[in-house]
Amino acid sequence: MSALAAADERWRRLGADAASALGAGEAPAVAALRRAGLEAFAAQGLPGTKLEEWRYTSLADLAAIDWRLPDERASEVARDTVEALASPVFACGLLVFANGRFVPGLSTLRAPDVEVTTLAAARRANDGRTLPKLGSLVDVKRHPLAALATALLDDGVSIRLPAGARLEQPLHLVFLSEGAGAPVAVHPRVWIEAGRGSHAVVVQDHISLGDGPALSNAVTELHVGPGARLEHVLLQRESFVTFHVSNTAAQLERDARLGTHVVSLGGRLVRNDLSVLLAGEGAEARLSGLFLCTGERLVDNHTSVDHAVPRGTSRQLYKGVLAGRSRGVFRGRVLVRPGAQHTDARQSNPNLLLSDGAEIDGKPQLEIHADDVKCSHGSAIGRVDENALFYLRARGIDEPAARALLVRGFAAEVLGALPEPALAEALGDAFAELLGAPS
Amino acid sequence: MKEAVLEIEGLEASAGGKAILRGIDLVLRAGEVHAIMGPNGSGKSTLAGALAGRPGIEITGGKVRYRGEDLLTLAPEERARRGVFLAFQYPVEIPGVSNNYFLKSAVNAVRQHRGEEPYDAMEFLSVVREKAALVEMPKDLLSRSVNEGFSGGEKKRNEILQMLLLEPTLAVLDETDSGLDIDALRIVASGVNALRSPERAMLVITHYQRLLDHIVPDQVHVLAEGRIVRSGGKELALELEERGYAWLEKEPKQAAGARSAPAAGAR
Repeated sequence: MSALAAADERWRRLGADAASALGAGEAPAVAALRRAGLEAFAAQGLPGTKLEEWRYTSLADLAAIDWRLPDERASEVARDTVEALASPVFACGLLVFANGRFVPGLSTLRAPDVEVTTLAAARRANDGRTLPKLGSLVDVKRHPLAALATALLDDGVSIRLPAGARLEQPLHLVFLSEGAGAPVAVHPRVWIEAGRGSHAVVVQDHISLGDGPALSNAVTELHVGPGARLEHVLLQRESFVTFHVSNTAAQLERDARLGTHVVSLGGRLVRNDLSVLLAGEGAEARLSGLFLCTGERLVDNHTSVDHAVPRGTSRQLYKGVLAGRSRGVFRGRVLVRPGAQHTDARQSNPNLLLSDGAEIDGKPQLEIHADDVKCSHGSAIGRVDENALFYLRARGIDEPAARALLVRGFAAEVLGALPEPALAEALGDAFAELLGAPS
Repeated sequence: MKEAVLEIEGLEASAGGKAILRGIDLVLRAGEVHAIMGPNGSGKSTLAGALAGRPGIEITGGKVRYRGEDLLTLAPEERARRGVFLAFQYPVEIPGVSNNYFLKSAVNAVRQHRGEEPYDAMEFLSVVREKAALVEMPKDLLSRSVNEGFSGGEKKRNEILQMLLLEPTLAVLDETDSGLDIDALRIVASGVNALRSPERAMLVITHYQRLLDHIVPDQVHVLAEGRIVRSGGKELALELEERGYAWLEKEPKQAAGARSAPAAGAR
């Protein structure tokens, strides 16, 4: 049996155990969702590199590990540890999850306008407002890891902004994976629903505690209502022994605006799938991504923007910086459906290679079935500009600092688009520090 | 006689496998301003690049001493920190790096080398504002990315601003006048003149004489085919303006290293 097939078997068993362990009191919506997830995972298994979608990203190393689901013991994370980690975000609410489970003692919320409930609480209460929508945006039949996460759905958060609600400060979700002892697999789950005309910034932050291996397999669903504005920041700053898989699915209604910002600074293997459906006319999606890859790490971003109706706008800017013998993948799909006239879609994917051993595979994929549209894409691979490097050195700035400055300059366009300047500054510093670290 | 800031002895250099400098001898003393003139392709920018440590310029012979120290073994940043400044002919655009941040990094790198406290953001702001006013630099150019979208004149003013901030002991200006209108030329020249002092030496490289109306040199050297073919006082520049460079190339033998009066019949 291959490593992938053996791992499939283990995961199916975990999923089946989890399904059978559901108490008699389990909310029916969740029981059905988990069964559907398990079936979808059983039908697909862990994806191999023969699949076009996974061609450059092998899960063999992930499959070789005997993952355990987190045990029930309470988290012992200290408050000041969390506050230090969460510091760059000046948030109106901090919700902390340790190994996937909500930690009430470390969490605060000062936003009366927003309805926040943990999925564990919603399950206990059989919450008919929260549970039935879960899983409605993510397509588990096409995303095996999202199917797995759904089969193992445990805790997470649902955030609902009523019509017209405005959050003045970001809401900060911190997902800690405690890689201590046995390799642990967690499945963070986020549902965000921005009601008509509401406005919010949500930072979803994945951080490691401890040096042990962890798998973080997150599913995030974003529903942006008519005229609503949502900024979603996905930060990956986990340890270099962490596998991070994320699946974010968004749906935009009429005149909705969504900004997504995916910043990957950590992880041994990172795979981000982001699917955006422009379902209402006049909707606008801005997708930005930045990753820094060092050592032998791999970061893979797959985006898919579906222009289903007329007058939609999408902008994609993904930038990668690759050092050492690292690998990067960007695959950006834009689909313009028949009748989606006056679509304006742009995609740009510049990459900076810092070493000869690093490699980036980029593949734009435009499928256009309407004739009155503006669509463009551009992809580039460059190196540090030697003229610029000399210019900085000729002003007294030493070579490592000059290189770091140029790389930070390359990243600035993406960092500058982040909804919080303080966060952009902190991430820029983290970026520079990571760049300077031996790998 | 004042102390020598720069001593160039038999300097030979090539770029892209092609010999460009074929034996340059030049001494600059503290307080002096020398001009280097010469036709396109004579090696002017290669000389400037060799002094600043530009990669791609291979030194194939000779010596350069800066305040008694072997300059050629130093990395570009080490030269800059010791007080060597090159104003670029083509200042480089650096997207995403604010001009202000760049200037502060440069100034603090040099200050630290001198054993001075680095400026904090507020201190630097007042210093940079004062110097920017000298070159009539619009404020928004400080917050924008380095040279990005700057006009030709704005780029050159930014070079002079850097020079004023770094207060070099040896300033090399590589065709700083090229592409400037007369107002920009006047501003650039007044920035350079503001820095003239008994401790500093300047090497002003130019194709045209007009810059030297504003920055009056102590000596003028003519470079042709990688050698200094004639040296003289500021009147040599006027003569070149009148007669072009062709007459020098016809009489190369007489020229090398010469400090003689202009050739007979020049006036």
